[in-house]
Amino acid sequence: MALLEIRNLNAGIAGKHILKGINLTINPGEVHAIMGPNGSGKSTLSQVLAGRKTFNVISGEVLYNGKDLLALEPEERAHEGIFLAFQYPVEIPGVNNTYFLKAAYNEIRKHRGEPELDAMDFLALVKEKIKLLHVSQDLLNRPLNEGFSGGEKKRNEIFQMAVLDPKLAILDETDSGLDIDALRDVADGVNKLRRPDNAALVITHYQRLLNYIVPDFVHVLLNGCIVKSGGKELALELEEKGYDWLAGATRA
Amino acid sequence: MSDSEKTIEQFVQSDYKYGFTTDVETDTAPPGLNEDIIRLISRKKNEPEFMLEWRLKAYRHWLTMEEPKWPNVHYPPIDYQSIVYYAAPKARKPGPKSLADVEPAILEMYRKLGISLQEQERLAGVAVDAIMDSVSVGTTLKGQLAEKGIIFCSFTEAIHEHPELIRKWLGSVVPYTDNYFAALNAAVFSDGSFCYIPKGVRCPVELSTYFRINAINTGQFERTLIVADEGAYVSYLEGCTAPMRDENQLHAAVVELVALDNAEIKYSTVQNWYPGDKDGKGGIYNFVTKRGKCAGVNSKISWTQVETGSAITWKYPSCILLGDNSIGEFYSVALTNNCQQADTGTKMIHIGKNTRSTIVSKGISAGRGQNSYRGLVKIMKGATNARNFSQCDSLLIGDKCGAHTFPYIEAHNKTATVEHEASTSKVGEDQIFYLNQRGLSTQDAVSMIVNGFSKEVFKQLPMEFAVEAQKLLGVSLEGSVG
Repeated sequence: MALLEIRNLNAGIAGKHILKGINLTINPGEVHAIMGPNGSGKSTLSQVLAGRKTFNVISGEVLYNGKDLLALEPEERAHEGIFLAFQYPVEIPGVNNTYFLKAAYNEIRKHRGEPELDAMDFLALVKEKIKLLHVSQDLLNRPLNEGFSGGEKKRNEIFQMAVLDPKLAILDETDSGLDIDALRDVADGVNKLRRPDNAALVITHYQRLLNYIVPDFVHVLLNGCIVKSGGKELALELEEKGYDWLAGATRA
Repeated sequence: MSDSEKTIEQFVQSDYKYGFTTDVETDTAPPGLNEDIIRLISRKKNEPEFMLEWRLKAYRHWLTMEEPKWPNVHYPPIDYQSIVYYAAPKARKPGPKSLADVEPAILEMYRKLGISLQEQERLAGVAVDAIMDSVSVGTTLKGQLAEKGIIFCSFTEAIHEHPELIRKWLGSVVPYTDNYFAALNAAVFSDGSFCYIPKGVRCPVELSTYFRINAINTGQFERTLIVADEGAYVSYLEGCTAPMRDENQLHAAVVELVALDNAEIKYSTVQNWYPGDKDGKGGIYNFVTKRGKCAGVNSKISWTQVETGSAITWKYPSCILLGDNSIGEFYSVALTNNCQQADTGTKMIHIGKNTRSTIVSKGISAGRGQNSYRGLVKIMKGATNARNFSQCDSLLIGDKCGAHTFPYIEAHNKTATVEHEASTSKVGEDQIFYLNQRGLSTQDAVSMIVNGFSKEVFKQLPMEFAVEAQKLLGVSLEGSVG
């Protein structure tokens, strides 16, 4: 069974129709990349999948493990294994990063009917993930994203992803604002988390990230429609030709 | 309205879990206030003549005063003649008050509140003085404290056992002429706590008082007096709850603190009086005067308050920094939800040289709550090198609530340094969504954001109280966001 199946999805915000009939199927073990210029609807897609209520679904359906994803609250989607690495992670002053992550982790465990981890066990888990991802220890003790640099915020997103171990990770322009070293670290982290039983949807503006996170499929999003799909070589073609050559095609 | 606004908008009232009443026979005075009632209160308590005189002077002064109109709160006029000024749980038998003599129903009530007196005593954790309606119902751990020369007892007992201390310190920080509600309290207060820490003694346990209004139409007017003698240290906690009633009830307390040379008093409050229902019906009017005097050199007084209850809060725990090098601190979290109103803050009066004060105020407004910070920093002529730092932050949840700041600074000495920082922020839909996306319910998300905002103040609370306060904030906002 497909992990995620998007069927003819139409969605928008504040009366504006942005996604115009998206179809996309993601199977376990696959990495899909969505590329497109600014304003093509990339972020709308990620927010709709995560359940943000400021966006509204006009028509279509999304099945996740065969279940109606759109009927679930955002936190229920998280419990079911959907993780969104935000383009702009928000600052939550005064809330300790580790404390927050432990609460989130235990909510997900509760949902799975597993016992909650106590502080000691959780810290052990965190230490292990830190080693895996080259995240600096002091990130853990700081307030959630408060005063973090752009790179630190993105690293923190990937770190959270590593701890929460999602089934479907959606990376929304995780490469934006990263220097080359940070980009490599972040991509490295994502690659280490790749397994046959999980999947990722990588949303990006540039081909650059895809040198490091090699996708199985690439889709081009233009004006709310997927106008072309292909293998990883499509990304290189886009890099060379830009998006304009596809502008004539409204539907793939 | 957009969905995001709706998300933040959907406030519902959480249940007030302390809203039970306790069926205890009470000895009650008729409603109304006149000299006869004051004589009755004084007689009931077998007070010495000097107390009656003091009360009557206060009453006569009160008659010449007017209720303050300057706070940024609104309520219908209070009919002072309809209030009962004395209500005491009837004693089963006369004689000295030990825990064994306390009415079982009262002990049960305190158990419901989460403070078992016996347990407290056994675990040697906290010494508790519990005050229901107007009378102190039992002070725990008295024996242990007495060994160190610490006096911790009800005010009435202190008047009988230690009249010289009461004569010396009563009204020395908050005189009965101070303000309308302080004068009223001086005239009719029926009990409270008294604490004296002798020279050089560090009080080994947290002292604590639990206040409870139980009887209907009753005002609660308690008085707390704490004196820390030279080099002494004490940490004192107070907690407050009341049953749910449709009528408003008046609570006009006075707290006086005195710190002599090198003494330190830490005073923490978790105030959770019944706030009224979601339409603003009922609830406690909490009109309280709290003031500490750093009378000696190098003395320190620190106020920490977490205010989540009451329909209306009007209180300004203050410090008079008289002794050279003395330190005053004020850490406050005030939350108003539904129709609650709070006008709260502090006064730091710098008189001595090198005096320092710190003010950290965190106001949280939700529902239609109105939250005002009002603070005065006054540097007198002789206060060379005085320093103050103030930080006032407001957090808004939804768009029907309000946050207001009224800082006053008066500096009469050129060497003074006064800093004031202020901020206002909103709990953002983006913050809630971020936490939702990580698996937290909206409820938990708001609670986490609010607790993060209040962190600097919670750090000042004793450990068990900090945990309690965090939970309380969560409960007070329960269902506040849909």
